[in-house]
Amino acid sequence: MSVHSLNVKTGAEAALAQQFAALSPSEPRRAAFAAFERLGLPTRRDEAWHYTDLRARLTEVAALAPAPDAARLEAARAALDVLPRLGGMRLVLVDGRWAPVLCDAPPSGLTVVPTPDAPEPDEAVVALNIAFAEGALRIGLPPGESSVEIVHLDGPGAIFSRLEVFVPARARATVVERFEGATGETQRNAVTILGLGESARCDWTTLIADDAALHLETRRARLAGEAALNDFALISGGALVRRQLDVGHQAASAKIALSGLSLLDGTRHADTTLTLRHAAPLGQSREYFRHIVADAASGVYQGKVIVSPGAQKTDGAMKSQALLLSPTAQMNNKPELEIFADDVVCGHGATVGALDPQQIFYLLSRGIPQREAEAMLLEAFGAEAIERVADETVADALRERLRAWLKGRAA
Amino acid sequence: MLNVKNLSVSIHGQPILDGLNLTVKAGEVAAIMGPNGSGKSTLSYVIAGKPEYEVTGGEVWLDGENLLELAPDERAAKGVFLAFQYPVEIPGVATMTFLKAALNAQRRARGEADLTTPDFMRAVRGAAASLKVDPDMLKRPVNVGFSGGEKKRVEILQMALLQPRLCVLDETDSGLDIDALRIVSEGVNALRDAGRAFLVITHYQRLLDHIKPDVVHVMSKGRIVKTGGPELALELEKNGYRDYSEAAA
Repeated sequence: MSVHSLNVKTGAEAALAQQFAALSPSEPRRAAFAAFERLGLPTRRDEAWHYTDLRARLTEVAALAPAPDAARLEAARAALDVLPRLGGMRLVLVDGRWAPVLCDAPPSGLTVVPTPDAPEPDEAVVALNIAFAEGALRIGLPPGESSVEIVHLDGPGAIFSRLEVFVPARARATVVERFEGATGETQRNAVTILGLGESARCDWTTLIADDAALHLETRRARLAGEAALNDFALISGGALVRRQLDVGHQAASAKIALSGLSLLDGTRHADTTLTLRHAAPLGQSREYFRHIVADAASGVYQGKVIVSPGAQKTDGAMKSQALLLSPTAQMNNKPELEIFADDVVCGHGATVGALDPQQIFYLLSRGIPQREAEAMLLEAFGAEAIERVADETVADALRERLRAWLKGRAA
Repeated sequence: MLNVKNLSVSIHGQPILDGLNLTVKAGEVAAIMGPNGSGKSTLSYVIAGKPEYEVTGGEVWLDGENLLELAPDERAAKGVFLAFQYPVEIPGVATMTFLKAALNAQRRARGEADLTTPDFMRAVRGAAASLKVDPDMLKRPVNVGFSGGEKKRVEILQMALLQPRLCVLDETDSGLDIDALRIVSEGVNALRDAGRAFLVITHYQRLLDHIKPDVVHVMSKGRIVKTGGPELALELEKNGYRDYSEAAA
């Protein structure tokens, strides 16, 4: 992490300082902003941000979105009414704030409480989140089976939200997290801290389909022994999207699957950067990411798998595959392994290519027109990533989004 | 039906076809035989419209249509079908989805309505049964994990379903055991019709024991060098292609 104390503040950094000065925040929030000021906005000199120079790209800072008033909540309710459900219990945040009046009554065992607790402000985006978010929302999922849909319904402005989610031992949770409503005037910074108890299982699917100018998302997950996390994200909207994941296990035999599909067109940019930490033996990790990059869009995948000295018998496999649909589309794929144990099986593969002309010709030769042939192959490519999603209703919704995106491209 | 006039074709600057002339009449089964490298597969690809070939001269007509002016999908809608020597695997696309897309795309191109799902299912099941294709196989991705024989049977199944006017079979016998060869040939024979023409490209005579040609053309160095009846195939089987290689030189 480099320090820019020698540099002059950018306009955006100065604007953030001004915004923060107008607040009357708690001591931990002040400490977080001080940490941010030391770190500065990340630049390409920070290895983790090499392909997404946030300092250069963030030229204007949106005004902080105000806490939603009655009219805003009413509009949110109307928007939610027409949003088909993808999970059981619906939890709603409007402009980053918990909106209990729009949530379902929690079933027994599930708790949702605001908390001032915050993680260490060890990284610029997280530090900003702690400084500006009005606390976090702590969600304790019940034992046994549960299904939750978390909806972030965001309007214009700078929006900060933080969730702490805990899946207790042996529980089985399905979570769908949706980012909705954002426009070109939305700058979002969302942090999720996820904990899985022993032998817990969590299927977490994230949908980023709205059109934020900036979508910054940080996910930190820690798994206890024999826990299993299956995390999937669809990125089909947003001008500048950055997902950063830090996932690890401290006890033996955890299973971690991280996967996703990015659909990029226009001049959109999406960066998925993840660190996977095997700190205990017998862990299994699977990363599987696919990217379809059209027009002058750009995609980034950086995946680092760290196997600590004690993490013997780790079984890891990472794959990131991109299809470029135009000569001006770009993809930066950077898989990395750091292995400090000697008895492990770890591999990675990254490919960047175009649609296979032999497959296209075969479809054309059967009478299928060019655009339809391309759409069939792209749908198949994307659908293979969506196969990682266990819940069929959610997977169907994702396939529907994929088809809609392809249709929008063809139109 | 098919009229190839003085066709010259190169790939990556390398000439393959050199002023080829060929006519196939409606209702006719024409065999094209020839040594490896004589340009047989190139001819089939150029008729179907494969992009990397450069036509440097000549014309290809299907009845009143100048095929060289049409995109491959338009040619298919006009009734051209190529049974591939190496059918292409398409992971993630179920064979059923592919068949339906192809059939309906051709119907739309001809101004016909899409087939209803029950009508489509009936047509596929009928074709699958006659070619001994397990209907479960059609739920799998196109050609992925199919044996050589299964791939060829599914090519003929597509042909039966799409009902083309001109069927080009490129080395359909390659990779087939004797039983598969018989099933595939029966599938082809069942489609023989006064309104349909076949161009059967093969290196070996054995396919022509099952699909009896009306005419046999011998190809060498990018041209048709001899045309005769079915007996010509038998003669080639006995004497090999050596005479014809020299004839074109």
